[in-house]
Amino acid sequence: MNAASGQFGLLLAAVLFCLGMVGVLVRRNVIFILLSIEIMLNAAGLAFVTAGALWRQPDGQVMFIFILAMAAAEVSLGLAIVVRLFYRFKTVDVDAAARMRG
Amino acid sequence: MLEGLWLIPILPLAGFLVLAVAGSSLSQRAVAMIGAGSVGVSAALASVLALSFIVSPPLGRAYSQTLWTWLEVAGLKPEIAFYLDPLALIMVAVVTVVGFLIHLYALEYMRGDEGYSRFFAYMNLFIASMLILVLADNLLLLYLGWEGVGLCSYLLIGFWYRDPANGYAARKAFIVTRVGDVALIIGIFFLYTHLGNIQIQELLRLAVQEWPAGSSMATVAALLLLGGAVGKSAQLPLQTWLPDAMAGPTPVSALIHAATMVTAGVYLIARMNPLFSLAPAAQLAVAGIGAATLLLAGCSALVQRDLKRVLAYSTISQIGYMFLALGTGAWTAAIFHFLAHAFFKALLFLCAGAVMLSLHHERDIFKMGGLRKQLPLVFWAFLIGAASLSAVPYVTGGFYSKEAILLEVWQSPLGGPWLWTAAMVGTFLTSLYAFRMVFLVFFGPVKEKASAKPSPYIAWPLIILAVLALGCGFLATPGIEGGPSLFKRFLAAALPTQNAGFHGEVLPLIIASLFSLGGILTAYLFFLRIPRVGDSLARNPAGSILNRLWFAGWGFDSLYNFVFVRPVLWFALANSKDFTDLFFRGIERASAWSHVALSGTQSGKVRWYAAVLAFGTVVMVALAVFL
Amino acid sequence: MDTFLYMAGGLAVLSTVLVIASTSAVPALLYFIVSLLSNALIFYLFGAPFAAVLEVIIYAGAIMVLFIFVMMMLNLGSEAKRQERGWLQPRGWIGPVLLAAVLLGEIFFVLYRQDLPGGVAGVVGAKQVGMALFGPYFIAVELASLLLLAGLVGACHLAGKASEGEEKGEKRP
Repeated sequence: MNAASGQFGLLLAAVLFCLGMVGVLVRRNVIFILLSIEIMLNAAGLAFVTAGALWRQPDGQVMFIFILAMAAAEVSLGLAIVVRLFYRFKTVDVDAAARMRG
Repeated sequence: MLEGLWLIPILPLAGFLVLAVAGSSLSQRAVAMIGAGSVGVSAALASVLALSFIVSPPLGRAYSQTLWTWLEVAGLKPEIAFYLDPLALIMVAVVTVVGFLIHLYALEYMRGDEGYSRFFAYMNLFIASMLILVLADNLLLLYLGWEGVGLCSYLLIGFWYRDPANGYAARKAFIVTRVGDVALIIGIFFLYTHLGNIQIQELLRLAVQEWPAGSSMATVAALLLLGGAVGKSAQLPLQTWLPDAMAGPTPVSALIHAATMVTAGVYLIARMNPLFSLAPAAQLAVAGIGAATLLLAGCSALVQRDLKRVLAYSTISQIGYMFLALGTGAWTAAIFHFLAHAFFKALLFLCAGAVMLSLHHERDIFKMGGLRKQLPLVFWAFLIGAASLSAVPYVTGGFYSKEAILLEVWQSPLGGPWLWTAAMVGTFLTSLYAFRMVFLVFFGPVKEKASAKPSPYIAWPLIILAVLALGCGFLATPGIEGGPSLFKRFLAAALPTQNAGFHGEVLPLIIASLFSLGGILTAYLFFLRIPRVGDSLARNPAGSILNRLWFAGWGFDSLYNFVFVRPVLWFALANSKDFTDLFFRGIERASAWSHVALSGTQSGKVRWYAAVLAFGTVVMVALAVFL
Repeated sequence: MDTFLYMAGGLAVLSTVLVIASTSAVPALLYFIVSLLSNALIFYLFGAPFAAVLEVIIYAGAIMVLFIFVMMMLNLGSEAKRQERGWLQPRGWIGPVLLAAVLLGEIFFVLYRQDLPGGVAGVVGAKQVGMALFGPYFIAVELASLLLLAGLVGACHLAGKASEGEEKGEKRP
């Protein structure tokens, strides 16, 4: 693999990351927010793997595996919270939980 | 023996400290013992000291005691030092003895009042400050005492502070005397700047040495000191505070506004008499102010309804007599009148208090009447006081003092026929209003029954003061028969005698006696015999205008309100929105705005928080990348 | 090789844009799976087959399936689609797009400032990754397992029975 494809990979990761950020900031549906977070994590993983491939080391993939594990834990907890949110407010609007009581 | 001089002011001061700190937790008996006891011991000490002074006078007839150096800066070195000469001794004796009698009276008068310990604390502080004032060796210490008595006057006038009118009267008293105090301190600065010394005796010696008679420096200094005296002694034009100061309890009126504080001005001028002798223009001013005041106040006293206000105007008038005497160089006569006045005015106030107490705090004399039979002791005491005030010939002490003044005014080169006439008319007015009070309150039909007889604490001070008021005339012998009186000889070391005294001129004496007795007769006619004439006089147009004018103290209050008070208040209000204020309001508004802005960031919306995070990240990355 | 790379990259970007712009949840999830698959292809093309396989199995296989299960449970319906369209106003996009553009610009600037190393051709296989994981990165593996335990416990607790107040939707005092 040459430097050009390395650059391409990192560039792609940057673009995907920014797209994911836009999604987090724009969407009001909590599912979509979580999805956008996943997009961002995936982009980060792509960056790591690209870097590892550039140096032909396994470190990149190792970091990717950890990111994967973290994403899995985070998704399970996040979705559990989404379910509770839905039961409580009967909506998936994230702004429904904007006020504290009392 | 004289080494105990310092104890005399210290004892009441200690009494004040104890009562101020622990007064509220002491029993009423303990407060009474400390409050009256400290002044009593002081009075006893003063008597012993006086005896020792008279029997074996110290060298130069003056005793000086330095306690410590107050401060020392750039050549100014005032000390806490006391100077005892005959003048100071008289003042000390009056302050302590009369003060003690009034304290005894107040034990009964203020009994049951919730501020009992506070009252005696303030009274003790007052006695201590007054003693410091009269014993002061240098002008700065005198000013300390001066301010102290002003403070206590404020505290005691506004003693019943829950009524805002009392607070207003106290504020008025303080502010008006403040005007005088400013003149005094400027005078002290002036004297120190030009003569370089602040110790009184030294200062006077330097003044006589450096400044020729009639010099403008001496005149300026004397006029400034006169300004201070005028404020404290409630003379024209600063006399408006004293009638309103009657809002305070009667013992306060008796002590502060009759016997002692208001005579501080008289003491100041008497003490600084060499300076005044150097400035005839200032002396003329003193005499003029005295004469004008005694007439104005006499007229006002004639139409008042409140018993204490009559006495207040009477005090202003009598101090006018003292100023008149000082202005014509009759130093000794002025002090003698002070002595007599202290006795009979305190007596009159205490009797008024006893009357008010037994009539459940009724103060309007037109609602009183016929108390002669119900309160015999008070009646006789009041009669003696009023007679002394009116200078009834030969029997009363007031006669001798007033005669001495009238004589000096007639004889002195600084006096003159106008001043003498004013003094004579004043005598007539004095006996008129004094006996108006007597006849309206004690004679005539009974309008309200007196409730209780006065207790021993009230009775004994009245008796003692009555005796003193009658007996102090004894000090004037053998003055009337020729030659300097005992009193004059006693004070000779402190106050120079300009005239040799009475030379056997009987005519002025007789005229004066006629005026005074005439006043009594007129009062009898107008208020007892044919009151209809008096009423119709008051009702006809000219009479009613005069009535209202005199009732309002010749309109000085309204004048000052219009000229001084309203503009200052307007200015203060207009100035409350100036640019300094803008700065502070700006701070207030900025913090309110930032509160709103910052609390807006706590919207609770997740996406907003995420956006802020993202923005922060972008900024951080930019910083990391570009810097 | 390069053409595949560019195609896969383009596909990834396109499907991601479709994810964030779509109004309905299930199509969005499917678009995301496409994005993941193209990502996996890129990994393979970079000589990281293990990463590619893991991406497919775990990310697209487990995590996305979890998402789909939750969507099925919530059962939102067409009502939600209309609501979603109402929320996605064009003016809501301006700020975030601007912010993202700035961030992208910064990253591009960093990327093109310096040269990347040439890169040696070759594949980093599963064996190498395994040796790295259980060698120098051993602690991290343990920590990751702790993390997964935390996630497990949390999910069990949070997804328990809803309390009565929540079911009735009343406000607690």
